[in-house]
Amino acid sequence: MEKELKILKYSELSKLIERFRSNGYPVLAPVRKGKVVEIELVESLDAIALDVLLSTQSAKKAAFPKVEKVLRYTLGKSEVQQFPVDPEACPDTILFGVRPCDASGFKSLDAIFGEAPADQFYLKKKEKTTIISFSCPTADEYCFCTSVGGGPGNTAGSDLQFTGISKDDILVEILTEKGAKLSLLFADLLSEAGASIDKSKFLADVKVAFKVDSVVEKTTASFGNATLWLEQSLRCIGCGACAFVCPTCACFDFQDEQNTKNGVRLRLWDSCGFSLFTLHTSGHNPREVQSQRWRQRIMHKFAYMPEQLHVVGCEGCGRCSRACPVDMNIKEHLTAISLI
Amino acid sequence: MNDMIKKVTQLLTDKTIDVFIGYGKGSADRSRAIFVRTAEQAENLVFSANCTQNLAGYLLKHEVKHLGKLGILANVAALRSILQLASEFQIKDGEVLVLFANPDGSFTEFLDFHSIEGYLLTTETGITSGEQERIAALEAMSVSERWTFWNQEFEKCIKCYACRAACPMCYCHRCTTDVNQPQWIPVASHERGNLDYHLMRAMHLAGRCVNCGECANACPMDIPLNLLTYQLISPIKAGFGATAGMKSDAVYALSTYKPDDKENFII
Repeated sequence: MEKELKILKYSELSKLIERFRSNGYPVLAPVRKGKVVEIELVESLDAIALDVLLSTQSAKKAAFPKVEKVLRYTLGKSEVQQFPVDPEACPDTILFGVRPCDASGFKSLDAIFGEAPADQFYLKKKEKTTIISFSCPTADEYCFCTSVGGGPGNTAGSDLQFTGISKDDILVEILTEKGAKLSLLFADLLSEAGASIDKSKFLADVKVAFKVDSVVEKTTASFGNATLWLEQSLRCIGCGACAFVCPTCACFDFQDEQNTKNGVRLRLWDSCGFSLFTLHTSGHNPREVQSQRWRQRIMHKFAYMPEQLHVVGCEGCGRCSRACPVDMNIKEHLTAISLI
Repeated sequence: MNDMIKKVTQLLTDKTIDVFIGYGKGSADRSRAIFVRTAEQAENLVFSANCTQNLAGYLLKHEVKHLGKLGILANVAALRSILQLASEFQIKDGEVLVLFANPDGSFTEFLDFHSIEGYLLTTETGITSGEQERIAALEAMSVSERWTFWNQEFEKCIKCYACRAACPMCYCHRCTTDVNQPQWIPVASHERGNLDYHLMRAMHLAGRCVNCGECANACPMDIPLNLLTYQLISPIKAGFGATAGMKSDAVYALSTYKPDDKENFII
């Protein structure tokens, strides 16, 4: 659809959340919890931290939670009775106040989980989620969205995008059918926006750090460059912080938890940074050292995904760099790769 | 600073060491570990108030060890980690060259574990007063309040295992949490899985934790994990007279049997 522009008063935002809630929508939004900012269910605007640069974790958990039940079963004397979980059994949800890089991160996840066989657990949740992103008035030195095709006002993946254009007014961009449908709930709060509004004036200035095409080309050609990966990852300690805060990392594991009678099958986040990730039953590990795992992380996002899914698996949010206990800064590493 | 650069350059030039693990400038106001192998790289060494990471964990990293004879810039926590690792047969005396950053900016070279032991007896090695206050507050809670406190903290856990990866004492090739036959610890990052993991880790660090705080510093979800292991320091000291990371030939309190051990805990 062609996008529509409207104006909403900041003072009406709390009514918006009330309308969503009274119409039965759960609302997920960034919430401050001490030093971290979580994406959580909220009841009112007061709980929402709209002034934060980014939530600590990405918004992916709206459609790809860290623990997800996919099957329940009971153990009989000679048979196992299965009770599949219906992927459709998830409510229509609103993801509110996330950043453009979170919204566009779902594009990568859509590509990954949409590949045959399509992952219904992800896809149904995503289908039932309406995303209202807030463009970024500020950025920090870890941000590099503009280097990977995004930007502080990027609308890809958002159903609605809000941009503060004065202390009273928000520019509302209605971007998709889903967004248009949701906007009917607060149509009375919207006024017409003049065609002359220059949104870019209200966005953060995020400098381009590297040419993404160059990173893709050099990464693809660097599989055998063991020195490169070793030098970049000597300080990497092999935890999964980067993968778990990442809006596009989608690797998962299955685990059954059961007692003598009943069991559940769970889908859990996993990370290629863990040594256990590729450990074979035989004891052989094809990625036996951390530099190979670091290579995998970069190659997956900048070589394999562009080749197989035609998307770059990185939104430039910089969360991995901020979360890294040992200061692995992905922007710096990608810039170095682009300059090989 | 120049003294350290000169010293490291000399150590590399005369082949006393092949690599020096120190601090370099990091992103924003952070520092980061760097692995200096040439005189040119030595120029990147920095030392300032933000250089707090305990670098000792790198002494056991496969790819770092593989670079050759190691030198390291140690703070008090790293010195204690080195002694604790030695007592657990992970590092041998003479294997690592240790430079210690004195509070006044000068550097001391420790030639053997014995000299580190001597130094640690003369310096403050305990937890900070701020940490002491937080532990006192936890201990003042009723059991159910403390249970609630930790469950609320663990609710934030995403099981990225940054705490384990950052801990110099978590060097097991296969952590209990990764063992699946039998599955001791639920893999899932749900209430039970998070609780079991953190309690298991704390118990495995009882009497071994050198209170460096790397677990809490590493946690992206800001869980004060250090308080869990710090709380186990006093009981081990009271029960067995042992403090981790003070002697390179210490025997581990919880795996040692002595005929005159008190048995008053047996009901």
